[in-house]
Amino acid sequence: MTEATRERAEPREETLADPPETADRRLGRGRRRSNDNLAAYLFLAPWFVGLAFITVGPILASLYFSFTDYSLIGGADWVGLENYTRMLTDERLHTSLGVTFAYVFVSVPLQLAMALALAMLLDRGVRGLPIYRSVYYLPSLLGSSVAIAILWRRVFGADGLVNQLLAFFGIEGVGWVSHPDYALSTLIVLNVWTFGAPMVIFLAGLRQIPRMYYEAAAVDGASRLRRFFSVTVPLLTPIIFFNLVLQMISAFQTFTQAFVVSGGTGGPSDSTLFYTLYLYDTGFGSFDMGYASAMAWLLLVIIAGFTAVNFFASKYWVFYGD
Amino acid sequence: MVTKTSAARAADRRGEQRRRFFVHLGLVGFGLIMLYPLLWMVSSSFKPTADIFSDPGLIPDTFVPGNYTEGWTALQFPFHHYIWNSLIVVAGSIAGNLLACSMAAYAFARLEFKGKRLFFSIMLMTIMLPIHVVIVPQYILFANLDWINTFYPLIVPKLLATDAFFIFLMVQFIRGLPRDLDEAARIDGCGHVRIFLRIVLPLSTPALATTAIFTFIWTWNDFFSQLIFLTDPEMYTVPIALRTFVDSQSQTSWGPLFAMSAIALGPIFGFFLAGQRYLVRGIATTGIK
Repeated sequence: MTEATRERAEPREETLADPPETADRRLGRGRRRSNDNLAAYLFLAPWFVGLAFITVGPILASLYFSFTDYSLIGGADWVGLENYTRMLTDERLHTSLGVTFAYVFVSVPLQLAMALALAMLLDRGVRGLPIYRSVYYLPSLLGSSVAIAILWRRVFGADGLVNQLLAFFGIEGVGWVSHPDYALSTLIVLNVWTFGAPMVIFLAGLRQIPRMYYEAAAVDGASRLRRFFSVTVPLLTPIIFFNLVLQMISAFQTFTQAFVVSGGTGGPSDSTLFYTLYLYDTGFGSFDMGYASAMAWLLLVIIAGFTAVNFFASKYWVFYGD
Repeated sequence: MVTKTSAARAADRRGEQRRRFFVHLGLVGFGLIMLYPLLWMVSSSFKPTADIFSDPGLIPDTFVPGNYTEGWTALQFPFHHYIWNSLIVVAGSIAGNLLACSMAAYAFARLEFKGKRLFFSIMLMTIMLPIHVVIVPQYILFANLDWINTFYPLIVPKLLATDAFFIFLMVQFIRGLPRDLDEAARIDGCGHVRIFLRIVLPLSTPALATTAIFTFIWTWNDFFSQLIFLTDPEMYTVPIALRTFVDSQSQTSWGPLFAMSAIALGPIFGFFLAGQRYLVRGIATTGIK
């Protein structure tokens, strides 16, 4: 049992056929191996340069700029904590945090529930699985494109597709994207629409659950529902956790759809002012680079914080079978 | 208790068949709902604009291919100009990712060196790094290099292996390759460069294909960094051009706009059809869309 469950805890390893014995080789155990320092650093040279100038360097630079007033013209003036204290009273910042949290905490659970439900249906040896899987996966590839955001504007517009269909049933819809109460929901629907990627991961995980557990449960008289909650869910928790972390991180960074659907404004009345949109506007609309850097750091702290909370909480609900 | 009469078993089988039928019916119906907006977009790109606002159906009453010619020339530059720009960025990004990420992956997967564990965990952490956190200093850096409104800010980072996700993907793959081949080559006097070029790279074709396909789709779709680094209409890529189109258009040009949007989605759909195997393996391996 432990053998099977351990495999499931590492979904990445199994798909690429990583035979267990390479683990020993990887660590160089039992082999005479000299260090390849020079060769390794040469192979890594581009990556080191990238690390210094494109990733880690800018993170640190961003920390420095967050304590300055800088508009690209002239130098950066040190202002201490001013940018951070300004956040406390910045109403638009609070709005943007509210919008982003609402989006993340509603759309991610819905998306994962949908992904799991479909994966469960498809896992039952349905004929034509590859076709269904592809069809459901397609939106995940397209979802972040400008063209889809444009389509969404039309689908949920006042005289858009949804309202035309509602009119068939005699229901008069509103202009979903232009109504402050509903605009965010259309973006949530868009994110749920891209449930295909987590679904594929769930499918890979479900395939790892040995059939005999279900058979044993059935012999013991467990109902379908009972089997789902007592066999599938516990054994799938590592995958659920994996998907949750991944989708939350990516949902926090949503930008394109909100930008295009709202015409770059985050409107109507800031109802789709995502954090990233406000950050873009601050940095590249008003060129307030100091404040934008402080916002960037807050985003980093928020994402890292939620990821840490996820990992901490996972001790209590993720089942690794040991 | 478990034994059943043959009649009962036949009834079971019929029930099972009925269940399957309904499952398929549900799955097909749901798939249609999912794809309906896309199909409607393609169909609407052949409708006169007025019909887009009144006809939710998929078959155009009047077939208007003119949307495509109209959309092609609606912006400052003809649409192939933007497609060409996008292709330059995409080609540069693919070349960069294939080369730089596979080199880094070879070092992480096959070589022993000082600081390996540390660097490997740093690499894993940068996978999750939101671009918004580094965009301001990056912009300042590229502005100082006079690279704004060139494709360098979009391509050079890929040549520096900053898409760490692909390093990870290839490390996982290379670790799965048998080491005996490299060892044999080493005994025969091959250096690391030759082992990398002649043995590891050719065997890694599936991982390289996954990398190329994902890089294509992500770069073709990418909006945020292109929006920031390309502000001159001559340098616009397809997503930025579409965005200008949607902002500048009046109610009358939804037809042409849909036509150009459909064209923008075309290549992704093509890669999706051609590379499904790699895509599904790629996400099942690493979990990224």
